[in-house]
This record gives sequence, structure tokens and C-alpha cells, in this order.
Amino acid sequence: MNAIRLGILLPKKIFKAMWLSALVLFTVALPELCLAAGTIGETQKQDTNWLAIIMFAFFVGLSLLITKWAATRTRSAADFYTAGGSITGFQNGLAIGGDFMSAASFLGISAAVMATGFDGLIYAIGFQVGWPLLTFLLAERLRNLGRFTFADVMAYRLQQVPIRIFAASGTLATVLFYLIGQMVGAGQLIKLLFGLDYHYAVIIVGILMIAYVLFGGMTATTWVQIIKACMLLGGATFMAAMVLAQYGFNLEKLFSAAVAIKKSASIMGPGGFIKDPISAISLGVALMFGTAGLPHILMRFFTVPDAREARKSVLWATTWIGYFYVLTFIIGFGAIVFVSTNPDFLDANGVLRGGANMAAVHLANAVGGNVFLGFMSAVAFATILAVVAGLTLSGASAISHDLYAAAIKKGKAASKDELKVSKATTIVLGIIAIFLGIVFEKQNVAYMVSLAFAIAASANFPALILSILWKGCTTRGTVIGGSVGLISALVMTLLSDAVWVSAMGNPAGSAPFPYSSPAIFSMPLAFLCIWAISLFDHSAEAQKERDAFDDQKIRSETGLGAFKAASH
Amino acid sequence: MASELTQRIQRNPQYQHLIATRDALGWGLTCLVLIAYFGFLLVIAFDKALFALPIAAGMTTSWGILAAIGIILLTIVTTAMYVRKANRDYDSMVKEIIEKEVQA
Repeated sequence: MNAIRLGILLPKKIFKAMWLSALVLFTVALPELCLAAGTIGETQKQDTNWLAIIMFAFFVGLSLLITKWAATRTRSAADFYTAGGSITGFQNGLAIGGDFMSAASFLGISAAVMATGFDGLIYAIGFQVGWPLLTFLLAERLRNLGRFTFADVMAYRLQQVPIRIFAASGTLATVLFYLIGQMVGAGQLIKLLFGLDYHYAVIIVGILMIAYVLFGGMTATTWVQIIKACMLLGGATFMAAMVLAQYGFNLEKLFSAAVAIKKSASIMGPGGFIKDPISAISLGVALMFGTAGLPHILMRFFTVPDAREARKSVLWATTWIGYFYVLTFIIGFGAIVFVSTNPDFLDANGVLRGGANMAAVHLANAVGGNVFLGFMSAVAFATILAVVAGLTLSGASAISHDLYAAAIKKGKAASKDELKVSKATTIVLGIIAIFLGIVFEKQNVAYMVSLAFAIAASANFPALILSILWKGCTTRGTVIGGSVGLISALVMTLLSDAVWVSAMGNPAGSAPFPYSSPAIFSMPLAFLCIWAISLFDHSAEAQKERDAFDDQKIRSETGLGAFKAASH
Repeated sequence: MASELTQRIQRNPQYQHLIATRDALGWGLTCLVLIAYFGFLLVIAFDKALFALPIAAGMTTSWGILAAIGIILLTIVTTAMYVRKANRDYDSMVKEIIEKEVQA
């Protein structure tokens, strides 16, 4: 209870303490930064890092000011979870982009394009194709049926307690694996870009993310995501434009130059990324349907006032994210031309300084000099913060709204108490994230984000879509079938090459599950179980749930009687 | 049992028509995106050489790159089509039906 009271009764004091601890961390870390500046590479002068730090400090300062402003508007549970439903479609579209475009995908995909050309695009396309599905099948129905979390939608006619427990498990599993991937990536990236110690980096990210969510709730999280999306899109646009300008804005010329440098046209077609057809389709299934089952993304549809704005937001999100992947692709080719040919960016063995993921960072230096390098480093940091804040908020909502208010208090929790629990949960989740970030420092976490997508596609998505669209769907079917999806996705991933061999160190080739993604098995398995168990569910409850479908359907299709998100 | 209002709306021919049209558009576009994406993956899985082919003799740009950019555009265009249709037409039709049936 102490933590709960602290979070509510002493927000100002905590806020001050966080400011101070962030300051102290920076001060402690600064000498180290100066030392580290020399070790990154002779091409980088000390003031490079200073610039990056000043720009990042500016972003942090701005985001904390916004948080302070948002705190005055975060009084009820509705404010905390959904910014009182006051976000416009355009703003929400940018915020979804800010939630979804991670530093890992920016740096990872541009690096993959630099290394393999076309293959780097395969992931990008997978991340893109889930959005139309979300629009056509889910966006407006979600908005019409739910208030704060996607569990609201499933619990509309199904039984509160089991559905909430299942949905919270699906949410927490997705959020935690996603969060670990982000935290470890953040620590390593910041270590590289700012020369900051890994532990400080993880702690700073954790403290800032707690501050945004704890004090500013969804309002602060949304604006941090919007600002980050604008910075990232702006920076990436500049880089792509500088690259294209060298070739008269003719992609064909850029490709020819890249092929000439690689001395091979193999980068223009598929290479070794896809090993077998099953893995290819399975990864595609996970990325496509996982996008439609990510709790922190689904939650964003409740921040807009109505179905109309929900549709607009997903259109803007699709546009920005698609644009972002095109830019990332151009940046990857730009890196082939401007980075891989420049000895300043390579070590004695001809390998990229700082590791493969530094392609876009070096390109920033190549096209915009030290100032722009500093800017893009700050952008990368901001990007991580925006993503982890969204994840934390989603995880906190699962515990306070789904578990505490709906499952434990049976929907009778006062808004004030629910808010207290969500704030306490935010602190706890933040600490867990910092802890896991440190524990997994030396681990290979490349599979974590894929695992999050696989779980979202195999548990959250089938349960959600069937409960909305299929009259016969019952609580028993949803909970058991969805859990089968969750567990099978998890187990198959643990038994696959990425974990069994790469992370756990078993001998190569010994992985019991031979494919790189479980989704092609686990998702249909979940659908099948939900269908079969619902079909044979003859309980009285099941009959009531089927009877309630028609009312639910009218509301999901028309918004009739839908809760109007109040803003005050 | 479904409420009286629900039953009235369900029986409304305008509503039935609206839902049928909207579902046809939504599922049609869903199938289009699914076919495009899984077609793309199947080519990568089974006929890598096809995507490596240049789009014209003497050019470097390959069919694979064109297909990838085409899919990104397809996701944006289909989403825009659906959102435009729904926000322009369906919403006002829904409002009309609801107002009529609530008053009835």
C-alpha cells in the first residue's frame, strides 16, 4: 500500500526526486562520456557527444514539461488510460507511428538493407501489412465496444473474470517480451551513441518512462510519441533526401551505384534471409496478425472520441509507417554507397565501427556532419523512450483495469482507487523493466520482439476477433483456445534455433522446433481450439453469451449506445 | 434475447444493405492485402530468381523491389479507400438508420 500512497499523495515530491535523480545520473555519467568519446573512433570529436547530449537533454526537458502539463489533466482513470478520449485522428495516427516505429526497426532494417539489400525489406513489409487488417476488421468495432483496453471488448458479452485474466496474461506476456527487447536494445544503443555506461542508460530510460506514464498518463505518453514520430520522420526524410539528391532523385541510379559498389546484383533480389518456405510464411503470419494483436497499439484506439476518428488515426498511422519504411530502405542503400566506401566508418578489418546496426548512424554523419549525427542520436534515444512508455502504460492498464478493477473488484472499483493501482503498477513495471534490462544485458534478445509478435498473433488476435465477429464464441472457448495459442507460441519459440541454440548455447542444429517462427502453427491452433471448444460448450452461460451477440453486433457496427469518451 | 431496438435495426432493410456493402468492401480489401502479401512471401520462398529479375533490360531496379514498394502503396491505398468510404457514406447512413429506429 505504501507504494500506492506514495504515487498518489506525493506526486510533486516524487516528480522532484525523479528530476534530481535524472540530473545526478547525468552528472555522474558525464565524465564517463568524455572518456568514452575518444574510444568510439578518431573521426568523432568530443563535441559530437556533447551535441547529442544537449539535444537529448532538450528533448527530455521538453517531454518533462509536457508531462507536467499533462499531469494537471490526468485526474481520472479515463484520463490516465485514454487521455479522456480527447486525441484527434491525426494526432493519434502520429502517436501510433511513434508507438510502433522503434529504434530497433530503424537501425536494424537500414543495417539489414545495407548488408543484404532486398532481404532487409522483408521484415519492413511484414510490419506494414497488419495495418489495413486493423482498419478493415478491428478499428471501428474496437472503438464502439471498448473503453480502455482490448479486454473491454471481449468482456462485452463474455464473462468478466476469466476473460480479464486471460487478456491480462496475453497483454503482459506481449508487453514484457517487447519491453525486454527494447530495454536491452536501448542500453546497448545508448552505450554506443553517447558513450554512456549500459546500466546508467537502462536506468535513465526506466526512470524517464516511469515519469511520463506515472504523472502524465496517456496524455504525456501520446505527446512524447507524437514529438518522437515527427523527429524521426523529419530526420529520416532529411537523410533519404540527401542520399537521393546525389543521384538526381533517381532510385535507379542509386541502385546501380550500390550494385557497382557491392560488385554483385544479388542485393536486388531475395537472398538467404528466408531459409525455408514454412519459416517465411510463419514469420509473415506473426508480423501481420501480431500487429493487430499488440495491446499497446489496440489501446490507442480508445484515445479518440469516435469510430470516425479511429479510422482516420489508422489511415494516418499506415501512411506514416509505410513512408518510414520506404525512407529506411533508401537509407540502407545510402549506407552502401556512402558508409561502406568510407574508411572513416570502418575498422581495420573493414567492418562497421560500433557494429552492424550503426549503418544509419554513420550515414547521418556522412550526410549531415556532427550536428546531424548528434540530432539522430538524440532521436534514437527519444524513439526508445516513446516505445517503452507506450508499453508500460499498456501493461499497467492490464493490471489495474483488467485484473484489479474488473476481475478482483468485479467492476465496482472507484475510479480513484483504480488510478492509484495503475500508478503503483507503473512504478513496479518500470523497476521490473530496469531489472530485466540489466539481467538480460549479455543475452541474445533478438528473438524477444518476434516472440511478442507471435504471442500477439496467436493469443490476443484470435480471441479478440472471434469474440467480435462470431456469435458462437464462448468464454470457455476464448480462454482455453487463446491460452493454447499463448503457450504454444511461447514453447515453440523456446525450442527454436533462436533460443535453444543462440541464447541457451545448445549445439547448432539441435533445436527441436525447426522453424524460425511458431505463428503458422500456433495461430491456427488457437483459432481451432476456440472454435471447437465453443462449439461443444453447452453450458447455460454459453447460451447467454450467444444470445447477447446480436446486441453486441449492432453496437459494434453502429456505435449505438457506445460510451462517449468524456473529456472535461 | 436481443433488445427490441436491436431486432428493429436488424430487420431494417437499409441496415442490412449497409452491413452487406461494408462487409463486402472490408473483406474484399482484406483478401486483396492477404493475397498480395502471401503471394510476395511465396515468390520469395519458391522463386527467388523471379524477384531478382530487372524490370527492364539494362536496368538495375528489380521486380522484387517494385513488388515491395507496391505492397506498401497497396496498404496505404486500400486503407484510404476504406476510411474514405466509411467516413463519407457509411457513417451518415448509420446515423440515419439509428435515428429512425430509435424514434420508431
